Amino acid sequence: MSDSLNYAYYPGCSGTGTSIEYDMSTRAICAKLGITLNEIPDWSCCGSTPAHTVDHTLSSALSARNLALVEKMNLSTAITPCPSCLTNLKTATHRMGKDEFRDDVNKLLDTPYNGGVDTKSVLQIIVEDMGLDALKSKVVKPLKGLKVAAYYGCIMNRPPEVMNFDDPEHPMAMDNILTALGATVLPFPLKVECCGASFGIPRKDIVMSLSGKLLDAAQDIGATALVTACPLCQMNLDLRQDQINSANGAKHNIPVFYYTQLIGLALGLDEKELGIDKLCVSPRKVINDIGAEDAS
Amino acid sequence: MKIGVFVCHCGTNIEGTVDTAAVAAASREFPGVVFATDTMYACSEPGQDGIIEAIKEHKLDGVVVASCTPRMHEPTFRRTLERAGLNRYLFEMANIREHVSWIGKDREANTNKSADLVRMAAAKLLKNRPLFSKQFPVNKSVMVVGGGVAGIQAALDCANGGLKVVLVEKDTTIGGKMAKLDKTFPTVDCSSCVLGPLMVDVAQHPNINLHAYSEIEEVNGYVGNFEIKVKKKASYVDWDACTGCGLCVEKCPSRKATDFFNEKLATTKAINIPFPQAIPKKAKIDPDFCMKIQKDKCGVCAKVCPSEAIDFTQKDEFITENVGAVVAATGFDLFDWTVYGQYGGGKYPDVITSLQYERMLSASGPSEGHIKRPSDGKEPKNVVFIQCVGSRDKSVGRPYCSGFCCMYTAKQTILTKDHIPDSQSHVFYMDIRSPGKLYDEFTRRAMEEYGANYIRGRVSMIYPKGDNLVVRGADTLMGAQVEIDADLVVLAVGAEASVGATDLAKKLRISYDAYGFFMEGHPKLKPVETNTAGVYLAGACQGPKDIPASVAQGSAAASKVLGLFSQDMLASDPQVSVVDIKRCIGCGKCIQTCPFGAIKEIDFRGMKKADVIETICQGCGICTSTCPQGAVQLQHFTDNQILAEVNAICRF
Repeated sequence: MSDSLNYAYYPGCSGTGTSIEYDMSTRAICAKLGITLNEIPDWSCCGSTPAHTVDHTLSSALSARNLALVEKMNLSTAITPCPSCLTNLKTATHRMGKDEFRDDVNKLLDTPYNGGVDTKSVLQIIVEDMGLDALKSKVVKPLKGLKVAAYYGCIMNRPPEVMNFDDPEHPMAMDNILTALGATVLPFPLKVECCGASFGIPRKDIVMSLSGKLLDAAQDIGATALVTACPLCQMNLDLRQDQINSANGAKHNIPVFYYTQLIGLALGLDEKELGIDKLCVSPRKVINDIGAEDAS
Repeated sequence: MKIGVFVCHCGTNIEGTVDTAAVAAASREFPGVVFATDTMYACSEPGQDGIIEAIKEHKLDGVVVASCTPRMHEPTFRRTLERAGLNRYLFEMANIREHVSWIGKDREANTNKSADLVRMAAAKLLKNRPLFSKQFPVNKSVMVVGGGVAGIQAALDCANGGLKVVLVEKDTTIGGKMAKLDKTFPTVDCSSCVLGPLMVDVAQHPNINLHAYSEIEEVNGYVGNFEIKVKKKASYVDWDACTGCGLCVEKCPSRKATDFFNEKLATTKAINIPFPQAIPKKAKIDPDFCMKIQKDKCGVCAKVCPSEAIDFTQKDEFITENVGAVVAATGFDLFDWTVYGQYGGGKYPDVITSLQYERMLSASGPSEGHIKRPSDGKEPKNVVFIQCVGSRDKSVGRPYCSGFCCMYTAKQTILTKDHIPDSQSHVFYMDIRSPGKLYDEFTRRAMEEYGANYIRGRVSMIYPKGDNLVVRGADTLMGAQVEIDADLVVLAVGAEASVGATDLAKKLRISYDAYGFFMEGHPKLKPVETNTAGVYLAGACQGPKDIPASVAQGSAAASKVLGLFSQDMLASDPQVSVVDIKRCIGCGKCIQTCPFGAIKEIDFRGMKKADVIETICQGCGICTSTCPQGAVQLQHFTDNQILAEVNAICRF
């Protein structure tokens, strides 16, 4: 089976910087799970939010360049951990389904891209290609007693006709993974709410309010940790948690993991490999408490 | 044959882009044409008189009118010919309005095309032969399918008009959706108090034979003489013996059966009578929950029944009813709103449908008229109503307006205030659609007198917060996002075609639209007729309708049936297939392809032959194109007549 788990890997720019622990933990767990990641040689930025808000053709060209590189690798599927990168890759593919648009994009490229590559999130291939049973069988350190809220962010599954994965209003992929890892997954009502995204820079107040609501809701349901799959969500909730607390007069102290880090912990990987020390809100107590009920 | 051609101006509809005088002039050169003229309105009284005068003056024996679609006025002009003493089938129509003047602006091209169409019509007319209708007797009884308010009205009107009526209802009681309602708009009068007496009338009327808990299995025959097989579903109770005393229901220990009448708000007994005013008031066992049927234990109902009516071995039974006409009044069902993930997709118990709310409001409902949240039984103070759930939404395949939701939502806000004076209703709406007598005044009353907070915008999300729900939506008039803490959310679910509607349509051989609603004969002029003779429509099966409109249609359908039955004999349409027995080789292909079962096999001097039953044949022509021998010919559309038209148009 592991023969088939062979993908082109697109880390995305934040994976080399602000969310390096997402990239580290993704690579670490894939190695452990027998998922082969072939980093796309000479990959470039997908254009992120700025590109597609300015020009659809130029934005799609940035994505199409990377997909054309994948075609050269003779791989059918490219995967990325980042939902924002994924949205750009998928939207470019979607738009290039129209002949006229595709021609416009390809005029900008040295190597034209003709749409032979499927793009998915790392999350999707773990759930769909590898399967929860296979994942569960590799768990050595169940996350017993860890009460988590799975937070997907607004673009992992939406718009549904482009993303084509999981339920756009009530996604379950991460919930199911975390359950397989032995964690207690609480019903988080704001799974697909926006965290404020890149408004953290021009309108910090919006992030304070939106991400603040997410933290409040997580606390309301009794979660001791939030779990995300998006670098920007993670940053807003983790890096800015202190700012949110002072803006809203709150006292949150909720560690915000990438789901890949928790898979890594359950697989028995070393915290260093998973970049646990990169998290701003210390997860020390939460991690120490895992399995504590067993001991007592 | 001496043919006269009349080219109609239709005011400026045709004359605006067709030179009708030139068409008439060109027509005079066509074979057989001895007279041609243009006329302002051929269908008007002077127009028709002109045709009659011309027939007499020029001794015409065939007429072509070049005007509009034959759908509307072919019968008009055929009657004109009859008044002038000609056979109605010595008439042809050239459609130079829908097919020419309305679709092109080039006057010269339009004039030429019109002349070509007249040439075709005249060429066919030369091959036309007089055709004569046959008379056949009518069975003056009617079957009404569906016992909601529309079907009840149709049945009572027919029965009061002296007809024998067979009323077939799929549930164990008549009453339909209206029986589930607490109050009706815009009068806020008690629904069951208005409907109840009508239901009793149905039960007591000597002319009405009610088959409840029954469905149409098979329909054969034709207008005036339908033969309909009805399935009487097994109720496990002998209804001839059952007195509806309810002792069995009281003693039944199985309490978890689905309560469909109360929209699943509560559960009911395995043997039950849906509500106290049920007609017929008979008990039925739900076999899925009956311990006797499932596990051969219990049997308490049989022990307590004073009339020994319980029969655990009862099977479905089939009966045949012969009627002359059918009224379909199968109503509607509610849109399954759980496709809306943003409203919770069914996860939150305190998000309910409008009909569930109606049961909650009703004194005969499971909470005896007290509004209680399903989750904890608490009385809600903040109630949010969301309109257009499954209406006017292309994304869920329901682009149409269900028509009555704006009104019942307004009614429910009023009732909410009446039940809980310190409550506040909030209504998310798209537009308020309240055209109807006293309707708009009613919605204003909900806002102005009862203080309902109307917010124009859609809801994007419902999520739980503590014990309550947060409803987030847009206020498009304020350009703002709103969030409302709700104790209860009521969804104004739209109407869709009832389950099984399309199956019934196929059995009745009537058309239905893309959503499963039955097609009327003409959207304006034949609202209760179908394109199948003898089959009529009433109520929401034709499209979403409120009670007054459903009742009006019920009466309209009844008047059509009474009109049909005012004659003892009906005339058959002679435009039917005829088998040339010399050419027929008895292969039977026509029998297989006929969608109406109108062709039977006969023995002709020891040889198999096909034979058309004239009164059943609908003249569709499928057999004529199927027959390998060309032995079946459709009268008025024979191969020779059609080829004459083809030759007229392909002259070069």
